[in-house]
Formats: sequence, structure tokens, C-alpha cells
Amino acid sequence: MYQIGKIIGQRVALGALTLWIVSIVIFAGVQFLPGDIATEILGRSATPEAVAAIRKSLGLDVPAHIRYFQWLGSILQGNFGTALANGRDIAELIRPRFINTLLLALSAAVISVPLALLGGIVAALYRNTIVDRSINIVTLASISFPEFFVGYVLILFLSVQAGILPSMSDVDSSTALVDRLIAMALPSLTLAVVVLAHMMRMTRTSIINVLGNQYIETARLKGLPERRVLVGHALPNALAPIANVIVMNLAYLITGVVVVEVVFVYPGLGQLIVDSVQKRDIPVVQACSLIFAATYVVLNLIADILSIVTNPRLLHPK
Amino acid sequence: MSERGKMSTEQCAGIATAGELLTIENLRIEAPASNSVRGGVPSILVDDVSLSVRRGRVMGLIGESGAGKSTIGLASMGYGRGGIKITGGSVVVNGRDIRKLSKAGLRKLRGKEICYVAQSAAAAFNPAKRLMDQVVEAALMHGVSSRADAEARAVILFKKLGLPDPEKIGRRFPHQVSGGQLQRVMTAMALCSEPDLIVFDEPTTALDVTTQIDVLAAIRDAMRETSVAAIYITHDLAVVAQVADEIMVLRGGKMVEQGTTRQIIHHPRQDYTKALVAVHDIQHPEKPAAASPILAIDRLTAGYGNGTIKVLEDVALVLEKAHTLAIVGESGSGKSTLARVITGLLPPMSGSLKFDGKALPARLAERSKNELRQLQMIYQMADVAMNPRQTVATIIGRPIEFYFGIKGDERDRRVAKLLDQIELGKEFANRYPSELSGGQKQRICIARALAAKPRIIICDEVTSALDPLVSNGILKLLLQLQKEEEIAYLFITHDLATVSSIADSVVVMHRGRVVRSGAKSQVLNPPFDPYTELLLSSVPQLNEGWLDGAIASRRMQPAGN
Amino acid sequence: MIKLRDIPLSAKFGIIVIIMYVLTAIFAAQLAPYGEADIVATPFEAWSSQFWLGTDNLGRDMFTRLLFGARNTLGIAFVTTVIAFALGATGGLVAATFGGWTDQILSRFVDVLMSIPQLIFALLLLSIFGISIPSLILVIAVLDSTRVYRLTRAVAINVTVFDYVEASRLRGEGAIWIMTREILPNIVPTLIAEFGLRFCFVFLLISGLSFLGLGIQPPTADWGSMVRDSATLITYGDVTPLLPAAAIALLAVAINLVVDWFLHRASGLKDD
Repeated sequence: MYQIGKIIGQRVALGALTLWIVSIVIFAGVQFLPGDIATEILGRSATPEAVAAIRKSLGLDVPAHIRYFQWLGSILQGNFGTALANGRDIAELIRPRFINTLLLALSAAVISVPLALLGGIVAALYRNTIVDRSINIVTLASISFPEFFVGYVLILFLSVQAGILPSMSDVDSSTALVDRLIAMALPSLTLAVVVLAHMMRMTRTSIINVLGNQYIETARLKGLPERRVLVGHALPNALAPIANVIVMNLAYLITGVVVVEVVFVYPGLGQLIVDSVQKRDIPVVQACSLIFAATYVVLNLIADILSIVTNPRLLHPK
Repeated sequence: MSERGKMSTEQCAGIATAGELLTIENLRIEAPASNSVRGGVPSILVDDVSLSVRRGRVMGLIGESGAGKSTIGLASMGYGRGGIKITGGSVVVNGRDIRKLSKAGLRKLRGKEICYVAQSAAAAFNPAKRLMDQVVEAALMHGVSSRADAEARAVILFKKLGLPDPEKIGRRFPHQVSGGQLQRVMTAMALCSEPDLIVFDEPTTALDVTTQIDVLAAIRDAMRETSVAAIYITHDLAVVAQVADEIMVLRGGKMVEQGTTRQIIHHPRQDYTKALVAVHDIQHPEKPAAASPILAIDRLTAGYGNGTIKVLEDVALVLEKAHTLAIVGESGSGKSTLARVITGLLPPMSGSLKFDGKALPARLAERSKNELRQLQMIYQMADVAMNPRQTVATIIGRPIEFYFGIKGDERDRRVAKLLDQIELGKEFANRYPSELSGGQKQRICIARALAAKPRIIICDEVTSALDPLVSNGILKLLLQLQKEEEIAYLFITHDLATVSSIADSVVVMHRGRVVRSGAKSQVLNPPFDPYTELLLSSVPQLNEGWLDGAIASRRMQPAGN
Repeated sequence: MIKLRDIPLSAKFGIIVIIMYVLTAIFAAQLAPYGEADIVATPFEAWSSQFWLGTDNLGRDMFTRLLFGARNTLGIAFVTTVIAFALGATGGLVAATFGGWTDQILSRFVDVLMSIPQLIFALLLLSIFGISIPSLILVIAVLDSTRVYRLTRAVAINVTVFDYVEASRLRGEGAIWIMTREILPNIVPTLIAEFGLRFCFVFLLISGLSFLGLGIQPPTADWGSMVRDSATLITYGDVTPLLPAAAIALLAVAINLVVDWFLHRASGLKDD
């Protein structure tokens, strides 16, 4: 137990270190800006006063390393500064949108995870049969679809033709839960379709890997029924890889969300970052990137820890 | 027993003959077309094999890899790996033809009437479950006994098989016990549901010799005491002679010869069997010491991790010109690390390394081309020692090009000459490694070493992955080449029979230290140190009483492990 | 070597589709009835014999832009993938061959780059460097080379553990020989398959960025931005905006089908 605690501690420390480096990368990226950031943002024809104002608001009159620690310090206190475009407080801007994005990703996960596990297990069990081959072709096709293709096809059929669901997902904090769920239906479905195929294929592969082990043959040669071979012998060993597959795909959801939010005009973090990139509102882009990256790092950390705590060699050391 | 009603008269006749448990007749097993190597054509793995095992008797199946031994063993349980199928003949177990059984019928048979012991117990146990749960699983599943009874029996079996702490070992996980112990637990697992027949598939092959002897004795005693019948599969005739009542010799999926153990080892009828029995027939008189060392190692200490892990300690040895020095030891003795140090892959922490009287730089990068040329190496697995994307001509030709700058026709002529020297012929030049047999591959590796015109060749377990007859041919070739080219061999091996066939002097290593060294006649004859004695007495001998004698002599002398 | 009848139907379909796309990309100018950025009619005109697929939001011929889109989108994605491979595969081979500190430094650097989700990182970098085709190509190539690096390093390390690599080291061969003669020939099949997959991914990423308005900029015809520009039509039940999206999807499916078959063949892997 002590050993496991130590390993998990190391992983958490590594995760924190990664986050710290990520923050440096995100901060330092701006320093590579060709030419002067202020003129770059405002264009060549900017007045000297405007340039000076931007420089001050970005703190460009202070050396970079000091600026970094000031930036990091205020972020740790929940203060992301103000947006260049409209001078609004970035933390205020981000909070409701981040919640929206998390809700969207969560509902997509709720739809896709059970289906993916089911489909992956079925494909692995009936591998190389017609069922498996069809699942293979269908999932191969759907991992090839861009998110916006899936999104517009769903809009065309479910919204325009059938008229069941709205094509725009306009929600705000006052929207009632039921309305919110209806508004989120199409974007979550789109995200679910996109991530489902990946997850299903990876689940299939990891189960087949486990089934290829010799101890499965041992179990079969004991005369165990196939169901018991699977549940008693394959599943305990497949849990870690499957958990890994799920978490990895949740991490994938985080980026998938960007395009889907734009398609459905859903007010999430993805929309915000896209808008801000267009406006070159760098402080907002930095803040959003940091939040996306942090979520990503945390999810990967969870996957790591899951595979540690399900490893019998670490759970029961010699 | 409702199946009895459906049996043909022929099968009834089969059971009538003296308690026959398993009768295999004219068995034919094929791999489906898509799985076969040749692609498209179904390949026949076993052809026209018949055998029968009576209650309480042990049948040994012996043959090279690819002889179909394991396939036959698994076929007796109605099991085929990777989609291979029984396509002809019959397999009758306790009066039922398994080819006519349903899936459920087969399941009732497996784990209850017939159990299986695999070669690699480490891979055959589920890493996520405790040993006891796996040992009693089949007994519980088939309703042989209650959990309490099955566990009690398992503990008795653990004790019988000589496992330490038999009461508690079942609570451990597979990775928490050693390989030799795991193999015993696997045997206990097979015995726990009190089957009529156990299929042992090379159960001791993966173990060190000093461990093998104990496991072998434990398995044999357990078989005797429970009077279970068995099929014992191995490639080692000396091993099977200790446990089997009868032996069947197989080759290429066909039966060569079948008879009692005594008859097979003392009066083999077929040429192939005769060759197997006589395999260690190379007489190599030891050359007199010449006191002209080509390689001298002194006070060598080496290891990993800045000296925290020492794999070699204070090792000294001398290799004479055109002689063979055998380095003998089990896994973990440091013999392969020694090869890494000599080749410069692992610089030692201290000690000296002299080549032909001059100090040899410790690091590979510091050695000159000429120094590298004179020290060549041949590996255990010829399969992975050759780039699968290069032809034989490139493999052998590269050292000629690299060391001597010879290209074009002259290079091709040299390659052809080398191919002749290793008894293959120049038509092999355009082949790829995948088109060669195991023995041919090893010969190509020898030719590659030879191409550099070396003065020393390090041979790292060069014959241990080969079948006995093939490896015999390789040893003869090496001796022949030594005579022609005056090359010294540093021959690393765990196999003492090979040592007496090829060595002039011997170094015995144990846990990173040299425990004994000298001329072959000296090292392999008494008086012995305890470890060498243990090692020598553990090597299976081709006579029936060897195991008893060896165990008895070891028990008098509790040295070693 | 490979018999035509041994290729499964799905892969044959994929190969034919890919060939058609390549031909379209090469001969776009000859095939197209109008110029790439010519405004030839009023916006959003319906399908007709004159404008086969109607016109877009500015009155440019949709069919023409679809053809030019093949050239632009495929060309940029191809160049990007080639650069990503040049960087990633070289780095991976070097890391695997030299090991030790070289490997540590390269791998940790790649770890850092990979700890930020790719699309987000791309957005961050594009907001810094500005949106232009060269910066698009470079940003995505560098980010994608990390995946190529990881894969190349992993498969190359699997090769370096073989005795034949050690044998060539003991012979005294230099790093170049070991990389190009001993390791590379053994990992080429994997790299080819990966090239297909990476191309597919890069192509989807660029299309995604263009769709977001952050990729290939007007007036250059590009499938992603074409979807974006004509997206409003979908609410009237018009399928025109789906056509460029379908063009992207079809090519990606085709590549995946071929790679899937290729991987299956190269590995010779049996699932059972």
C-alpha cells in the first residue's frame, strides 16, 4: 500500500509539474510574437496612444520573468485579467461558459460511454464475424467524419426535416433544466457520435488483447463456460485498459467540443476561444488554453492513477 | 453416461481392452488455409498418429519443435489453438469420442477428466487472481467437491509438491512466487480436480537445470502417488526417460517410433531415434594448455546503476589461442553480462581486459576497427540476429566490405566461399532469413562472424534454441572451423553436455563470481566444490534411474538452493 | 506482388476514391467551368445546368470551388504531413538509435508539446503568429510531428532491441548506417500506414480550423470554409453545405479503409 501511495504521489507531482510547464509555454508563446505585440494586435495604422495603452494593459513595460510570476500569481487567485476586446473580467467571462462546456462534454460522455463499451465488447466477442466487420466499417467511417459534417447531417434530419430538436443551442444561466437539455441534445449527440467510434474500436482492441493471453486458454482448458471465462478471467484484467480508453476519449471530447459549439452556436468555452483567436484577444486565448490544458492534464492523470490501482503487481507487492 | 448408448461397436471394442483411458486413432490435424504459413493451402500439422494411454500410465511424447507434440496433447482435450482442427481419425476419452461431443460436453471433460499443465506457468496463471482461487476453480466448477474440501486437498498437494509454506501460499498472487514454484502450483491445479489424465506440455523446459530437477521429481512423485495417467510432452529425451512408461517419437507431425521407455533408449529401431539417443557423441579431446593467451581478464567487476548493482565481481579468466573456453552458469550467473563487458557494450567498473597482450579499450566507441574485427559474436537466437530485410549476401558481405573495403565481384566470391565453408552453398546468397531453417540461420551467423577473419568468437548460447540434432551439426561445424581458421571460442552456455563436447577449458560461474575454473578434465571431475557438484548432478542423464540417484545424492548434501 | 483480387472490396473502393481525388486536385483548373474566385452570379443561386451545384454566399460557382478546394485542402494537408514526418520520424529515429540523454531531452520536449490538446495549442499559436497559410502549415506540422515522433521512436526501439542491431554496433557501424540500413527498412510499413492516418488527421484538423474561420482564408477555395460560408442554407433544407463536408468525409473514409487493410496485411496479425 505504501508503495502505491508513493507511486500515485509521484504521478500527482508530475502532473503538477506538467501544468506548471504548460503555463510557461502558454505564457512564453506570446513572447515569440513577431514584432511588437501591441502594433501587431492593433495594426500598422494604430495611434501611438492606443499602442501605449495596450502595452501597459499587457504589462509589457515589466521584464518577462517578473510578468510571468505576476500572471501566474493572479491566476492562482482566480484572476485572469481583463479581455482586450471589451475590457471585461476574463474570469467572469469564462465561468458560465466553462460550466456549459463541462455539461456538454458530460452529457456526450453519458450517451457514448455505455454504448461504446457494449459495442466494443460485442465486436470483440464476435470478432471476425459479420457483426464485427460491420461494426468495423461503420466505426471506421465515423472516425473519418469531421465534427461539423456529423453536426449538419443531424441538423438536416432531426431539426430541419423532422423538426424534433432545435438547431441552435442558445442557453444562458436562466434557462430551465428541461429546456437546457433539449437545447443541448443535438450538440451532445454530435459529440457522442464522434467519440463513440474511437472508444468502441479501442475497447474492442483492448479486450482482444486480454483474450489473447495464455491464462485465458488455461481457463478454457479448465472447462469453464465462455461467460465465466470472460467475467471471471478476462474482465478483471481488461478493466484498466478500458478505463484508460474512456478517460483518453474524455480528453478527446475536450477538443471536439470546440467545433461542435461553433456549429450549434452553443455558448461554451470553445466558442469563446475561437472568437478570441479571430480578434487576437491574447489574454482570453491564454486563459482558455490554460483551462483546456489543465482539464486535459487532470484527465490523463486520472487514467494513470486508474491503471496503477488496478495493477495486481503494485497492489500486492512481493 | 448417456453417451454410451450412441457408441459404435468399434469404440466399445476399444474400451474393452484393459482399462484404456485415452485412445487416439489415425489422428489428423490441419491448420485452416488462412492461418497457414504458405497462405491459401491448409497445412497438415499431425498426420496418422495413433496412441493409447492406460489408467495410471505415463506416455511421453518427444520430438523437435514443429513435430506436433503439443497439438496432439491439446487435441486429447478437444482443443485447437488458433483455429486448427481435427480433420481425421478419432480421439476417445473414457469411452466417448470427443469429435462427437457438443461444446458443453467438451467443457465437462476439460478440467475434470483431463487437465493441462503449460510450459510457462507465469503466463498461464491469471495475474489478477489469487493462486488458491485458480487452483480450486475447476474442481468447484465441475462440482467435484466443496470449496473447503478442494482447498484442503490443494494444501495437501502443495505439501506433496514440496512448496514452501503450503498453508498460506495459495493466498499469494502469481507474480509473488518464483517460476519453479509456480510450475508446481500449476501441477497442483491440474491434480486438484482429481482428473484421470494430465497433459504436461514441457513443464520444466523454461526452468534452470538445478530447479528443473526438483520440479521434475515433485511432478513424478505426485503422479505416482495419485496414480493419475499422463501425457508428458518434451524435447528432452533424458527428461522424459525419468517419468514415462512409454515413449512416442514424433517428427514433422508423423510418428517415428513407439515403445517402452527402456526399449526406446536402449534399443531404438529407427535411425532418427538412434540419432536422438546418440546425440551427445562428439568426442573432443582437450588441447594442452599453450600459455599463449589471446584474451585475459583479471579482477573484473561490472554492473549497472553507478555501482549499486554488481552483476560481476572479481572475475578472472584466460582464453588461449585457438582454444575453446566454456563459461557455464545458470540464468543470473552473470555469464551474458560478461559477454557484454568483453564486447565493450558495458564498460566495467574495474579490472583489466587484455587482448593478445595489449589492453583493450573498455568502451566500444574507443576500440579501433581492427580491434572490433578480431572479436566477433554469435547469438543464441539466430532469428533476431539477422536483419529480416537483408539477403544472406548482404548479411555476410557487409563485414567483408566494412573491414576490408572489398566490393563487387571479389566480395561475392568471398561470400560464396564462406557459404561453402558453412556447408550451405552459394545458391543461398539471394535468400532472406525467413526462407531459412533454424540451423541454416545459425550457420549464416557463423559465416558473418567468420567473414571478419576474427581471432575470437564469442558464442552466446548458440545451440540452446536449436533441436538436438541440428545443434550437434553446429557444434561439429564450429570445431571444424576452429581447426581450419585457428579461432578461439568463448563459449557461453548453461548446457554441460555441450561443454564436454566442445571445450578445452571451463569456467563455472555462480551469482556473478567464478566458482571454479581450469582445464575441462579438471573442472568436470572430482573433487568438486558444492555448486559445481549440484550443477553437474542436475543435468538429466539418459538412463532411467538417474532422477532417483541424483535426488538421493543431493539430499545427502544440502548445498546449493 | 499484391494480386488485385486479394485486395478486399473496402480497400479497392478506398484506392479508387483516393485516385479520383488526386486526379481532381491535379486537374482542377482544367476541369472547373469557372475561375476559382470569380463571382459569376447572384449569391445562393439554386442548382441549375449553368451552375451545377448553385452558387455560394458571394455568387461564386459551388462546383468550381469544390474542385479547387480539392487542390488547396489536399495540397496544404500533404505538405504539412510531409514536414511533420520529416521532423517527427527523424527525431524518433535519432532518439531510438542514440538513447540516453538524446532520447531523454527529445522525449521530454515532446511530452511538453503533447500535454496541451492539439487543437487548443494550434489555436493559441495561430492567435500569436496570425493566420496565414505558411504559419498554418508550420504550426500544424510541428504539433503533429510529436505524434509521428512518438510512434517512430516506439517502433524503432522495438527494432533496436534485436540482436542484429547490436551486431552492427559491435561491427563498428556508424549511426547513419544503423538508422537507414538496419532500423528504417524494418519500420517502413508502419510509417507508411501512419502517414495515411496522419494525413487524414491533418486534413481533418485543417478543415476544422477553416470551418472555424481560422484556417485557409478567402478567396482561396477550401472545403472547411465553404461549409462555414454556406451553412445557413441547411436551415432551409438545402444539402449544398453538406457537399464539401461530405467530400472531406469521403476522402477520410477512403484513406482509413486503405490503411486498415494495409495494417492488417503488414502485421499479418490474427485476432484469434
